Amino acid sequence: MLLSVDHVTRYRYDTPARSVVQSHRLTPSRFDGQRLLDWEVSVSGGLAGGAFRDGAGDWVQGWSVPGPVSEISVTVRGRLETTDLSGVLRGHREAVPPECYLRSTTPTQADQALADLAAQCVTASGGLETAHRLSAAVADAIVYRPGTTHAHTTAAESLAGGEGVCQDHAHAVLAMARHLGMPARYVSGYLHASEDGTLHEAAHAWAEVWVAGLGWVGFDPANRCCPDERYIRLGSGLDAQDAAPIRGIARGPGVESMDVTVAVQSVQQ
Amino acid sequence: MLSRTADNLYWIARRMERAETAARLLEVGARISLLPSVHGYRSEWDSLLRAGGMADGFAAKYGDPVQRNIESHLFFDHDNPSSVAACITAARENGRIVRTALTAQVWDALNTAFQELRALERRERSELELSEMTEWTMRHAAMVRGAIDATLLRNDGYNFLNIGYYLERGDSTARLMDVKYYVLLPKVDYVGSGLDNYQWATLLRAMSSQRAFHWAYGGEVTAAKIAHFLILNPQCPRSLITCVAGMNNHLGRLAKAYGRMTEAQELSARLLAGLDSVSVEAIFEEGLHEFLSRFIRDAASLGAVIHDSYLSGDMR
Amino acid sequence: MTSCFNEMYLQGAVRPPYARLEGWTRAMPAELRQMKQAEAEALFRRIGITFAVYGEGGDPDRLIPFDMFPRVFSHAEWTRLERGIKQRAQALNAFLVDVYGRGEIVRAGRIPARLVYQNAAYEKSVVGFVPPKGVYSHIVGVDLVRTGPDEFFVLEDNCRTPSGVSYMLENREIMMRMFPDLFRENRILPIDSYSERLRRTLASVAPAKCDREPTVVILTPGHFNSAYYEHSFLADLMGVELVEGQDLFVEGEYVYMRTTEGPRRVDVIYRRLDDAYLDPLCFRPDSMLGVAGLMDVYRSGGVSICSAPGAGVADDKAVYTYVPEMIRFYLGEEPILNNVPTWQCGRDDECRYVLEHLAELVVKEVHGSGGYGMLVGPKSSAAEVEMFRARIKANPGNYIAQPTLALSTTPTFVADGIAPRHVDLRPYCLVGESIDLVPGGLTRVALTDGSLVVNSSQGGGVKDTWVLAE
Repeated sequence: MLLSVDHVTRYRYDTPARSVVQSHRLTPSRFDGQRLLDWEVSVSGGLAGGAFRDGAGDWVQGWSVPGPVSEISVTVRGRLETTDLSGVLRGHREAVPPECYLRSTTPTQADQALADLAAQCVTASGGLETAHRLSAAVADAIVYRPGTTHAHTTAAESLAGGEGVCQDHAHAVLAMARHLGMPARYVSGYLHASEDGTLHEAAHAWAEVWVAGLGWVGFDPANRCCPDERYIRLGSGLDAQDAAPIRGIARGPGVESMDVTVAVQSVQQ
Repeated sequence: MLSRTADNLYWIARRMERAETAARLLEVGARISLLPSVHGYRSEWDSLLRAGGMADGFAAKYGDPVQRNIESHLFFDHDNPSSVAACITAARENGRIVRTALTAQVWDALNTAFQELRALERRERSELELSEMTEWTMRHAAMVRGAIDATLLRNDGYNFLNIGYYLERGDSTARLMDVKYYVLLPKVDYVGSGLDNYQWATLLRAMSSQRAFHWAYGGEVTAAKIAHFLILNPQCPRSLITCVAGMNNHLGRLAKAYGRMTEAQELSARLLAGLDSVSVEAIFEEGLHEFLSRFIRDAASLGAVIHDSYLSGDMR
Repeated sequence: MTSCFNEMYLQGAVRPPYARLEGWTRAMPAELRQMKQAEAEALFRRIGITFAVYGEGGDPDRLIPFDMFPRVFSHAEWTRLERGIKQRAQALNAFLVDVYGRGEIVRAGRIPARLVYQNAAYEKSVVGFVPPKGVYSHIVGVDLVRTGPDEFFVLEDNCRTPSGVSYMLENREIMMRMFPDLFRENRILPIDSYSERLRRTLASVAPAKCDREPTVVILTPGHFNSAYYEHSFLADLMGVELVEGQDLFVEGEYVYMRTTEGPRRVDVIYRRLDDAYLDPLCFRPDSMLGVAGLMDVYRSGGVSICSAPGAGVADDKAVYTYVPEMIRFYLGEEPILNNVPTWQCGRDDECRYVLEHLAELVVKEVHGSGGYGMLVGPKSSAAEVEMFRARIKANPGNYIAQPTLALSTTPTFVADGIAPRHVDLRPYCLVGESIDLVPGGLTRVALTDGSLVVNSSQGGGVKDTWVLAE
């Protein structure tokens, strides 16, 4: 599938900010399911900093805006060709050992309820089947409902509330998988949402679970599927904060506000 | 040099000088209050607080301006950022932060002042004479200043220290002179009387300048002579012109060392030119209080420009 | 502990390294000693060297007791220690490069993957990155204890930012000032080149992008930190800027410091700050002590950070057990210095042993430091032992246990004369282009009679440490 992305994030500062520094993971991963045609990230008034591919295989690019500025826009535009690999992250080069993703973080700490739910998903037929069940269990237990949770909601909280968004779904899968001793990580990316019934979130997140023999496999509880050609993978981490596509900070007393527009479209060939 | 280092050096100087100002204010106040007063005991202390810009903070905490409270406020009160105790504590902390930019002697002088202050604070207040407190402050301020002059490398750090000293001292002289204004304002008929002269003499004394004044001028003490001495005489170590010329000199040295001018040099040159061309008559015509207020404002703007040009760390 | 090794007297005779000290103590009447002691204290106060070593916290204006009786090593003793310490520092660095690279030692099954990759100090964000010259830990502090003439044991390694080196240098300074004769009579190897060697070590690991004389800075958490004195002391001796996070900023591909003349590029940062606080974009977002964007600059080769982020995984108390294995694996050598035998409570069989012998053992928290969270079995009450038993049972993986060693003693000035007190030793090994070690270290002494705890927060003091030229 040929997809185009147009993603603009605007930061506004009520008093001008100096030394704005950001770290981006805004370039699609290189693996057999994604082929980059053209891609460009720009920051208004920004200086591109050091860039490198990190141990998890993500392309990281630093930016700085000396300022003072009242507004900054981060623009991502590009096209890529995707292939459905049934969620398997084939051909992705990375150096971080899977064991690293067994560590839990504040939002992915398994409480008793998550542990119990995880235990119900264990099956003798192997890791892949267990992972599918985890994803399905989360989809059943946490109803997709925007606005019910916030950026710092933990997996345990969203399960207790029974509602959440893709971030909460992913955190819950991570907490449960790690509880079972299966390495799991948070993935941030985009989703082309055209089919009926698909949740309309162009900036999206899902989970990857390490399955012996297959490697990393993606699971999207929010849409009850594995990532296919509609998905664009950007980067991964231990949780949403660790995998954030944009991390930034500004110097100054001002308050920051942000708005985001994302469009992911299928390009006619 | 790191902007933060320069900033700390600048504040060591300003705070040590400010501690001295607080002590001098105390001395002026105590002397004036010994006079048979036209306003009654209280208002003189009150005018002192007003001149020091501390009247509101004082009223909120203590209410009545009686001597003991004033002493507490100007000397011991750590809530008053201009008190002797607060200034010396903060100056020593500034010094601790930039230990590597100071010589052992300067650090020693700052640290000794701080350690002795702690000992003073532990003593019974009833045992402490006001004169002991003020003399103690002047002595330590002088020791720090002396250690700086005798031992410190004449580099940019030395310039920032001096800029801090001169800026604060100019401000202090202007404020101390203004005390006189506050005390006298209600009764203009006292101008030129014996009482008036006594008050002027007290002011000179508080600036440790009584003798210097007599050597320089001789004869009768008049308001015009004193204003000339404290504002326009470059021989007087505390005069406004001496302070501005000092700042101008050290800003000039910075510009030379760094190979670039900033707005600060421009502003200080303008301030100096203004003092160079003004006469005592013109000052009295403008009104002493108005003139001093204008100077205090100008010095504050210069301080802000120095901050932006060197100390904030935001220069390109 | 009458059976422990006294470094000065062996079976009634004075051991050779201490030979000239006997006369010195005899010639010093009590009044003179008290006077000298007061003089030393005044000197320390004057310099302002008032801080807690090893991140123990506490009153920043507190003075650590200084004992004037020096601790002495013969040249031969030191030569062996030096070889052992360098060997260890080399192996620890090889380990770090390996576990952030291919992980050969884990693949070879010589250390459990869990211990490394699930370790909180293992830094995922630097995987695949080799710091300049392949050095992660540029200053390795190896804590040593002695139990006999030839028996030395490594108690722990400090690969992040070992502190206390300012004491090593100041102790010597003060001894030379107070007792110049001693230095004339004994041929004592000098240590004052430490700061220059440290500067050279740091400059030698400047990033490849640096095409001029590198600018080195020390990054301190700030003047409220208990080791602030040491940070400013080292900056002063090396002639480099002492910066706080707020003095640095990232722009483009580099890190700059804010100076009165505008931004100035920084090439090497000797940080005295934990990984977690280095960069709010990468680690703790609430940290005000670090520099936003620093890690991106570091990873893209714009600046060097010493010690390298992630170095902490090598000095974990559970990983410690495997250091001899590292030496064999990477260097193909046998360890010159031995580890203290250690039981991992995380292993069932070893935990059982520990619980059965709790009253004889020393128990430590895996991530603890400063002598806190520690049980010295033979010195503890039954209640304390029981308290630890409960803690170990609740979280066995968090504890290790070691036999209670009969730590050596050296003569120490005490209230009523001279008496033996237990000591340890921390030398500071520098790793850059080459491996370097000044002849000496920091000797800590437990001033309380019979005590084995040398931490300054718990009644410990410090001594000058001599290495004789022959």
